[in-house]
Amino acid sequence: MKAVITVVGKDKVGIIAGVSDVLAKYSVNILDINQTIMHDDVFTMIMIVDTEKSPVSFDEVQKKVEEKGVEMGLSVKMQHEGIFTAMSEL
Amino acid sequence: MINVENILNTLHMFEREKLDIRTITMGISLLDCAHSDGEIARQRMYDKITKKAERLVSVGEEIEREYGIPIIHKRISVTPISIVAGSSMDKDYVAFARMMDRAAKQTGVNFIGGFSALVQKGMTKGDEILIQSIPQALAETELVCSSVNVGSTKAGINMDAVKLMGETIVKTAELTKDDNSIGCAKLVVFANAVEDNPFMAGAFHGVGEPDCEINVGVSGPGVVKVALESVKGKPFDVVADTIKKAAFKVTRMGMLVADEASKRLGVPFGIVDLSLAPTPAVGDSIARVLEEIGLESCGAPGTTAALAMLNDAVKKGGIMASSHVGGLSGAFIPVSEDEGMIAAAINGSISVEKLEAMTCVCSVGLDMIAVPGTTSAATLSGIIADEAAIGVINNKTTAVRLIPVIGKDVGDSIELGGLLGTAPIMSVSKFSCEELVNRGGRIPAPVHSLKN
Repeated sequence: MKAVITVVGKDKVGIIAGVSDVLAKYSVNILDINQTIMHDDVFTMIMIVDTEKSPVSFDEVQKKVEEKGVEMGLSVKMQHEGIFTAMSEL
Repeated sequence: MINVENILNTLHMFEREKLDIRTITMGISLLDCAHSDGEIARQRMYDKITKKAERLVSVGEEIEREYGIPIIHKRISVTPISIVAGSSMDKDYVAFARMMDRAAKQTGVNFIGGFSALVQKGMTKGDEILIQSIPQALAETELVCSSVNVGSTKAGINMDAVKLMGETIVKTAELTKDDNSIGCAKLVVFANAVEDNPFMAGAFHGVGEPDCEINVGVSGPGVVKVALESVKGKPFDVVADTIKKAAFKVTRMGMLVADEASKRLGVPFGIVDLSLAPTPAVGDSIARVLEEIGLESCGAPGTTAALAMLNDAVKKGGIMASSHVGGLSGAFIPVSEDEGMIAAAINGSISVEKLEAMTCVCSVGLDMIAVPGTTSAATLSGIIADEAAIGVINNKTTAVRLIPVIGKDVGDSIELGGLLGTAPIMSVSKFSCEELVNRGGRIPAPVHSLKN
């Protein structure tokens, strides 16, 4: 299953490493990363990932990634990509 | 690959614009549960409801988590109880409502609808018993919703039923007077009721529907409001187009959830209801959408025109986004459930009469309006007859959900809690319609019902 991970929060060292680390641990493959800094210090990252090879459930990965967000003081969301394609593509 | 801007845009709709799925409603037919022994019939119904809807709530929550879409309610609608219970020898159907309440609690849903009767042309024994049981049933149960259809374009208006429903509303208000007459918030009187409506309190599972199906109702006034903020001062053509685009996105989300729920539950998909449904939360109001179009306060002259355009644009935008559209599909204008509408009722810009005009151009009707506890049954019946006439003549659904709050008068306000919101008591006409209501009989079907 493909999912979209969005990370928004105050910029600091190690955000990408932190999130990627969790994903690697659960064998979630990163397909695409788009990252930018908005309004000087707001870190915004959108990752497209594939959970196909992950040995654990979607819920479990989602929980771990979001926990990582809380730990780093960021808003991290992981959602099934279907919602984005449904709402923005014909 | 998905465009970054689109992703942020979608997230914004959920987080700031309060976009959500209002309800996933599972329609369940109880026709095969009828039995001459009421006890056996109820057991069969309970077993069927709890079995079919066993996973409804957990699957709904699963979809919510996976897609990050808030799904506010999970609900059940069943075959109008008067039809199924009519086969029993019971003289009172309150026990059927208690069974529904237990089944709803067992499955964890927010509401169960279908304590209903369809009497647009006349009443069976079952219909009569059901209507008599409504006040007690609504007083004793928490999650049961009731509806009665008193008119249709094909059949005209059953004025005997209209009279009876005025009396039933008063009795329901009295029996639940210690709790702001809340029983009336769970009772709708319809004309041209639809069989696949996922919204409460009027949801029931019609006899033309399959054994079990999934219907979805979306929300989304906030999304429309924000979209309109970007076209301030532009002509109506632009406004209508903007609403269409927003409605398309909202409905696509509804369709996705309906598809997923149907697949995961192994139950066929019925319809997506395109209604824009407000909540009492700030930023989720239909009244504020109308005001954004250019009104100082909802109810000002021009409100009906703005609402007509909104309602039409929502349908045009939504219709291409879903394979099957149904239910009520229009903008809802409940008073207590809409923050802007509550404000308009308090500041006096909206009245019951203006709301009546608005119901001519949108779904559904005079909804969630608190009126003085002294309002007579005949006056309530007169209001029901007027609404039914609008529906019957215009070939549309109309409904009345009025709450005569015992012990309260104009100037007071009641808290109904949760999605039901806050209701300022609104004034109704002081002039009598008793003679009209007492005539009884049937208002004949209009000439344009003869299409064959």
